[in-house]
Amino acid sequence: MSVTATLIVRRGVSGQKDETSRYEVPYTPGQSVLDGLRYVRANLDPTLSVRHSCISANTCKECMISVDGKVEYACTARLEPREMILEPLGNKTHLRDLVTEITPPDERLDHAIKRAKQGAH
Amino acid sequence: MKSNVVELAADVLVIGAGAAGMSAALAAGERGASVLIADRSLIGRSGATIMAQMTVAVALGEETPDAVEHHYADTLAAGRGLCDASLAALLCAQGPTEIRRLDEWKVGWARHEDGRIRGTQAPGHDRPRCVYVDFLNTGPALAKTLRTRVLRQENVTRVGDLCITDLVVKDGAVTGAVGFSVADGRPVTIRAASVVIATGGITRLYARNSASANMGGDGHALALRAGAELMDMEFVQFFPIGNLAPRLVGMDPIMWDPFRYKLGGRLLNAEMREFVNDYGNAEGERYNVTRDRATHAILSEVKAGRGSPAGGAYLSFQHIPEDQLRAAFGPVIDKLAENGIDLTKMPVEVAPIAHYHMGGVRVNDTLETRVANLFVAGEAVAGANGANRLSGNAITEALVFGRVAGEAAAKRRLAGASASLAAAAYLALLEAGSPDASNNLAGIIDRLQKIMAVKVGPFRTKAGLEEAIAEIAALRTEIGALPPGEPGPYNMARLDWFDLRTMLLVAETVARTALSRQESRGAHQREDFPTMQDEWTIHQTVALDGERLVIGRVPVQVEHVREVA
Repeated sequence: MSVTATLIVRRGVSGQKDETSRYEVPYTPGQSVLDGLRYVRANLDPTLSVRHSCISANTCKECMISVDGKVEYACTARLEPREMILEPLGNKTHLRDLVTEITPPDERLDHAIKRAKQGAH
Repeated sequence: MKSNVVELAADVLVIGAGAAGMSAALAAGERGASVLIADRSLIGRSGATIMAQMTVAVALGEETPDAVEHHYADTLAAGRGLCDASLAALLCAQGPTEIRRLDEWKVGWARHEDGRIRGTQAPGHDRPRCVYVDFLNTGPALAKTLRTRVLRQENVTRVGDLCITDLVVKDGAVTGAVGFSVADGRPVTIRAASVVIATGGITRLYARNSASANMGGDGHALALRAGAELMDMEFVQFFPIGNLAPRLVGMDPIMWDPFRYKLGGRLLNAEMREFVNDYGNAEGERYNVTRDRATHAILSEVKAGRGSPAGGAYLSFQHIPEDQLRAAFGPVIDKLAENGIDLTKMPVEVAPIAHYHMGGVRVNDTLETRVANLFVAGEAVAGANGANRLSGNAITEALVFGRVAGEAAAKRRLAGASASLAAAAYLALLEAGSPDASNNLAGIIDRLQKIMAVKVGPFRTKAGLEEAIAEIAALRTEIGALPPGEPGPYNMARLDWFDLRTMLLVAETVARTALSRQESRGAHQREDFPTMQDEWTIHQTVALDGERLVIGRVPVQVEHVREVA
């Protein structure tokens, strides 16, 4: 019998009611939570949003989420053959599903608009 | 809907914020141009630069006497007859200036005790020439240093989470771009006097790759649709010893290469026998076989039934004492331990992994495309590395071409303070939505990556390539003409659709040029045409005519080594 991990993921768009999705993914030792989430997107639910740029190299530092209540990088947190509760970071503005606003304030679109209005092109 | 559109303007729009994009933004900003640098991820954190762990090739002559012409000769030799002489010469000649500029900016190049910058010898180089930042920290250190400089450059506006989807062209010249904010879905137009594409390569087209998830060839598709030509698209570099097993997390899959430069390391088949020299190579004590040849040797061994359990080769450092491992790689040894790897006791398994793309957008000597005001920098440029890139040339290329493209782009300045970009036709797609949101687009990306890996990978055949072209066309039908759902915050299913629009187009250019090149050369290996042919010492170009890809041929620009220095 194949071993699985169960990912219980907080879903939803900012300002709307949250839901929870439950996904069973195949488990092999050594995998990361991000491996599990990427499996979900490709095989079970393409609408799930999770942010990352590098792929499990832990260099982009964009995949920070809450794993069982603890802040972790999804790419270095190990997948485990049990229920794991995955939520967006609680201290950042929520965008969708596991994605929060992590762009520095002066690199956001609204900042560029403000600069444009100030005449700096 | 119109009121929702964000309108921005700048003299120079730079798309992509790795080393090439940030260098271009700095160069243009320093020359007084207003610059907007946009990245679909975060500024300085996406793309390939940050993944680069080691080796930047440059003829500094500090480790050992060196000169630009030696670096140039090695670049041309690795390129198997297809390097564009002026671009390769530019890379080699300007490399030292850029590396010293980074040194002044305190990037932290590894040094000898007497202050000389250290250089290591990577495969394909005639002498130690590759500088680095310890430990395996070259890319992150570079990205951080460049980002700090960009932050201080008042003329540069940075926008992260901005995905550019089309360039706006009028009368054969680029006039700006459109895209959308990934963070909230708002459509954006950017009016610009010039645009620099610095979006990196196309490694995301392949199932196993060593770059970032956002490198699906955005710039290639933007350029092609805007009327520019692509060139050498069939040449995808596979990195021979990408980590295969055990699963390594928190580390770059290509990190075994610096281990081999510094310490050696034995490549073994299932019989625990060294095999690389069975394929016409002459590797001695030192690791010197180039990437295309090592890839060929490993995959041939797997095909012959002598691969490792996970389908690659073993790489063993068991002959190296632990204190030597620790002296060379310090904290990296602890990271390996966290992954259950003790190099003194076990080999790891490695296999070729998509790493870099020699092809890209065709440009002239100032990195401008045939579309006026459209420039390209970094990996997205075709020509400098021919059919096979020399180790260490990618970061040098990013820094040098970024600087040159940024300087050239800064000469174009925006006229008219309040004009709007004629972008209505391009914006329609951004605001459209398909009622059918059931399509598994992330799954289609996976399927495309597998097609490319198996049929358009390191070994190719006519039958496989023809199947791939048909399958890519079928996937295009599957994704439909419109993105699913509605614009909104971090809607990844929608982003997947725009990515597939790009990836399917670019994948087709790779498969078609691979099909028409009836020879084997460098990174392009045809099982049905196994030898290199003189008549194929020629570039293939790709242009878009309506919906149809048109393949052309242009001669290689050859220049003698003597003329470089």
